[in-house]
Amino acid sequence: MPRNDNKRFVERDRNWHPPAYAPGYKTTVARSPSQAYVSMQAPSVSELGGPDFTRLRMGPHDNDLLLNFRADNEAQSGLPIGERVIVFGRVIDQFGKPVPNTLVEMWQANAGGRYRHKKDGYLAPLDPNFGGVGRCLSDDEGWYRFRTVKPGPYPWPNDINSWRPAHIHVSVMGPSISTRLITQMYFEGDPLIPLCPIVHTLRDPEAVETMTGRLDMARSRSMDCLAYRFDLVIRGEVQTYFENQG
Amino acid sequence: MQQPNSQPCAATMLRETASQTAGPYVHIGLALDIAGLPPREEEIWNRLASPEADGEAIELVGRVIDGNGDLVRDALLEAWQADAHGNYQCEFDLQAPFNSFGRTATTVENDGEWCFHTIKPGQVARRDGRLMAPHVTLAVFARGINIQLHTRLYFEDEAEANAACPVLNAVESPTRRQTLIATREEGEGKPRYRFDIRLQGEGETVFFDF
Ligand SMILES: [Fe+3]
Repeated sequence: MPRNDNKRFVERDRNWHPPAYAPGYKTTVARSPSQAYVSMQAPSVSELGGPDFTRLRMGPHDNDLLLNFRADNEAQSGLPIGERVIVFGRVIDQFGKPVPNTLVEMWQANAGGRYRHKKDGYLAPLDPNFGGVGRCLSDDEGWYRFRTVKPGPYPWPNDINSWRPAHIHVSVMGPSISTRLITQMYFEGDPLIPLCPIVHTLRDPEAVETMTGRLDMARSRSMDCLAYRFDLVIRGEVQTYFENQG
Repeated sequence: MQQPNSQPCAATMLRETASQTAGPYVHIGLALDIAGLPPREEEIWNRLASPEADGEAIELVGRVIDGNGDLVRDALLEAWQADAHGNYQCEFDLQAPFNSFGRTATTVENDGEWCFHTIKPGQVARRDGRLMAPHVTLAVFARGINIQLHTRLYFEDEAEANAACPVLNAVESPTRRQTLIATREEGEGKPRYRFDIRLQGEGETVFFDF
């Protein structure tokens, strides 16, 4: 088993990520710790290791949301309604190094903005051919890829008339639980992005740019689907040259 | 407001993709059964150990409680722990008797109580050779949590190891240290350890930055 405790990661900048307490997003008010976090001065293998999912058995359509719910539902032979899109990108670390074989998971609402979840009661209808969940492993060069429909915006109870911009929830594991990250991909140019209280939990407009999927006409398919590129940048692994030190 | 400990990123270094809340429907992506979706070929869930795994079979349970004292019934938790010999099994393999990683959730249906079926972890050494008391690293994701919270679950019946654990001792307040100790109770056929996570206010759980 590899020894993970020689790893070091670039420190996470907590001012770049949203703060726990962000009152414009009302649910954070009662769910944010008020005490300071305890800094782990000497991270151990408990923080520097993480699961490797290369042996997790996946189905052939786990990353194809156009097919993966229909496949379970053979009476339905249709495709989901909505704009067909490819969402793809590269998992890289902060030094630009590709991160291969890492688990990328995603979930989203259907084209009408409705989630296939027991608790979602929005009046937009469910799509019988759309589940809304995908997963894949990044390849040897860090690339990942999903095929899906563009999710619709949906209203939610925060301010009197709050709407989420179209978004895909994206979860990436990385090589360590220290690199673990859950984010949301927004679609370039969506006028709801600057109005969203959850987007506004971020203080730096440049941080919002890191969550924006960009239209990539070169990867789109003529008469078939558009493509959005969304690179996932996870914490960089600092090279430790003196392995016996400390 | 900028905090003084902000780390300016080196010009040549990329910025990490920013975190966003996992939201109320996290189960669709990471806990399909809870969302009411059919399982895929293999799912990552809360059984870290099969009956063949080495070590003492145990159950970990708890609730997540917000600053008003109310149950958080839409949290997703991830666990990361060593095996009974103090080794992490990094290669996730559902055919193996033990995996170091698992997921669980609190829901309305389970009355806000999460659960892991696992074995008691062994002690793990740090680089400096000091042994840490047996522990499970937990990450909490939920609606209203903008970036996951990291904590550690320790065991109340490991008093001696706990007293010597360099990480527990790094928590300055002895009162707050207690928030990291799970209490033992009689379970169904195996010991059960209870660990409530208080997000805010009185008895707030210690969360770590690493
Ligand atoms: Fe959402």
